[in-house]
Amino acid sequence: MDLIWDGLREAARLWAQGDAEVIAITLRTLAISAAATALALALGVPFGALLALRRFPGRGLLVAAVNTGLGMPPVVVGLVIVLFLWRSGPLGALNLIYTPYAMVAAQFLLALPLVIGFSLTAIQALPTKLLEQMRALGANRAQMLWLIMRETRLGVLAAVMAGFGAAISEVGASMQVGGNLAGETRVLTTATVLETSRGNFELAIALSLILVVMAYLVNLALTTVQQRRTV
Amino acid sequence: MPEAQDSPHVEIRDLVVARGGRTVLSIPQLRLSRRETTAVIGPNGSGKSTLLAALQLLLPRERGDLLLDGAPIAGDPLAARRRMAAAFQEPLLLSMSVRENVELPLRLRGVGRRERREAAEDWLERFGIAALARRPARALSGGEAQRVSLARAFAARPELLLLDEPFAGLDAPTRAQLLEDFAQILAEARPTTLLVTHDRAEALRLADRVAVLIDGRLRQWGTPDEVFSTPADEHVAAFVGVENVWPGHLLEERDGLAIWRCGPLTVETAAATGAAAAFLCVRPEQVTLSTTCRAADPSSARNHAAGRIAAAHSEGAFMRVTLEIEGGEPARLSADISRVSWEELGLSVGHHVEAAFKASAVHVIPHTKTTRS
Repeated sequence: MDLIWDGLREAARLWAQGDAEVIAITLRTLAISAAATALALALGVPFGALLALRRFPGRGLLVAAVNTGLGMPPVVVGLVIVLFLWRSGPLGALNLIYTPYAMVAAQFLLALPLVIGFSLTAIQALPTKLLEQMRALGANRAQMLWLIMRETRLGVLAAVMAGFGAAISEVGASMQVGGNLAGETRVLTTATVLETSRGNFELAIALSLILVVMAYLVNLALTTVQQRRTV
Repeated sequence: MPEAQDSPHVEIRDLVVARGGRTVLSIPQLRLSRRETTAVIGPNGSGKSTLLAALQLLLPRERGDLLLDGAPIAGDPLAARRRMAAAFQEPLLLSMSVRENVELPLRLRGVGRRERREAAEDWLERFGIAALARRPARALSGGEAQRVSLARAFAARPELLLLDEPFAGLDAPTRAQLLEDFAQILAEARPTTLLVTHDRAEALRLADRVAVLIDGRLRQWGTPDEVFSTPADEHVAAFVGVENVWPGHLLEERDGLAIWRCGPLTVETAAATGAAAAFLCVRPEQVTLSTTCRAADPSSARNHAAGRIAAAHSEGAFMRVTLEIEGGEPARLSADISRVSWEELGLSVGHHVEAAFKASAVHVIPHTKTTRS
C-alpha cells in the first residue's frame, strides 16, 4: 500500500509545485490529441453523413471497413504510419517520423472510424421526413450538414468523446511513430510506460492520474454541453 | 386583385411520376392561379403527397414541366425550393426554439438577423403563439407545433405554399380551432397555395379551386361548387360524397326529359346527354321524405321511391336517413332531412315513407370506359 500512497503523494507534489516537465508533457498530450480529434471530426462527420444519407455502390464495403476500424489495433496503425514515414518510405521526404505530427496522424487514424461510426448511427436515426423538411425549407448542402449536426448533436458529441478518448489513451502507435523523445514527442501515456518500466512508480502514478483527471475534465465539459437542456 | 389573375402562376404540364416501373402520378395539366388556394383532394394513396414531393423536386420525375410565372423551375432544385415552402401533417420542427424554427427558412436564404426576427414575430403573432417564441419547439403540444410549422412556412415568404394534410394529425377541437384561424390567415395573406387533403370539408372551407386526384390521375378540376355538385365521373362522385349514385339505362327521352331505368326505380332527369347509360347522382340534401302517397300530395318533384327507413343518424341539425327500396338494386337511398321534420313527421326506423326529388336535382354522369355497368 505504501507504494500507492507514495505515488499519490508524489502526484500531489508534482501538481502543487507545477513541475515544468510534467506540465509540458500534459500540454503536449492535450495538443496532439485535440488536433487529432479535430481532424477526425472535420473528416469523419461529413463522411458519416454521406454513408448515412446516400446509397451508392461500395457503401456496404465502406461501412464494413469503418466497423473494422473501430477495433483496429493501435500498433497496426502505428506500423502503417511508420512504413509510410520511414526515411525510405513513400512519405519519407517529409521528415515527419518521430515528430508530434506523426503522432497526430496516428491518433487521427484511430479516432476517425469512431467518429464516422458514431455520426453514421446518429444521422441514420433521423427521420427521413425531417430531412425532407430541411431540404424543403431551402437548405443547401452545407446548411443540410449544419442542420443535421445540430439535430444529432448528442450523437456528434458522443463521437467527439469517443474519438478524443481513443486518441489520448493510445500508447502503442504513439510510441512507434513518436519515439517517446523527451521534450519532443513524450506524452502522458508513453511517459507512463517509460516510468513504469524504470520502476519509478510514483511518477508513473502521478502521470496516470493526470491523464485520467484530464480525460475526465474534457468529457465532463463535453457531457455538460451534450446534456444541456435542448433549446 | 391587381395581378394578372387569369395567367396561371404555377403550371404543371404532363407530369408523370413512376415508382418501380408503375406510373403512380399522371397529370396532363394543372394550373394554379395567383393568390388562389387549390385543394387537391382524393382518397389515401391517390398520389396527392407524391404530387407535392414532385413539385418540391424531392422526387425524380419521368417527365413533365413545372412552370412558375411561365418559366420552368426544374433547372436548379435549390433555387426552386427556395421559392416555395411546405408544411406537412407532422410539424417536423427542429430542436431549437420556436422562434428559431420560424426564422430558419429566412436564415437559410441569407436574410439578416433583424429582418428575419421581425418576420418570425409577425407570423407567430398571427398564429396566436407569440408567447411561445422562446420555448423549445420539441416541447409543444400537437396543435401548437402545427401552428409553428405553418408560421414557419408563411415566414419563408413563398411564391408557392404547399400544404400536405396539415390538420389531419390533430384532435377534433384543436383541428377546428386551427382551421378557423388558418382560414382567416390564408384569406389575408393569400399566397398561391396547393393544399393536399382527404377532407372534403377542409377543401370546401379553404379552397378557391378543387382538383380531384384518384389513383394518380387528375379526375376533375374546378370550383368547389362544380366539383361537389357536378362530379365528373362516378369515382369523383363517390369520393366527394354524393351518397346516391345509381347506374341507369336510358329508356326514352321526351319533353326535354330523359327517363332512366335504375333497377326498381324510374328516374326522370332534366339533362338529356345523348348517352344510353349513365350514373345518376343525387345529393342526400336534395331528397325529401313524406309519409303520404304522391297522389294525395301533388308536387313538382318528378321522382318518387317508396321504401322502409333502415337507418337514421344525427348529423347536427340534420338527420341522415337511409331507405331500403324493395325490388332490387339500387337497394338504398340516402336523404338528409332536418331534425324538426323528422320529429314532426313522427318518423323512426322501420317506418315506410316515400322519397321524392326533382328531375333537376339529378346529376347525370355519362358512362365512360372505366365505369361499372
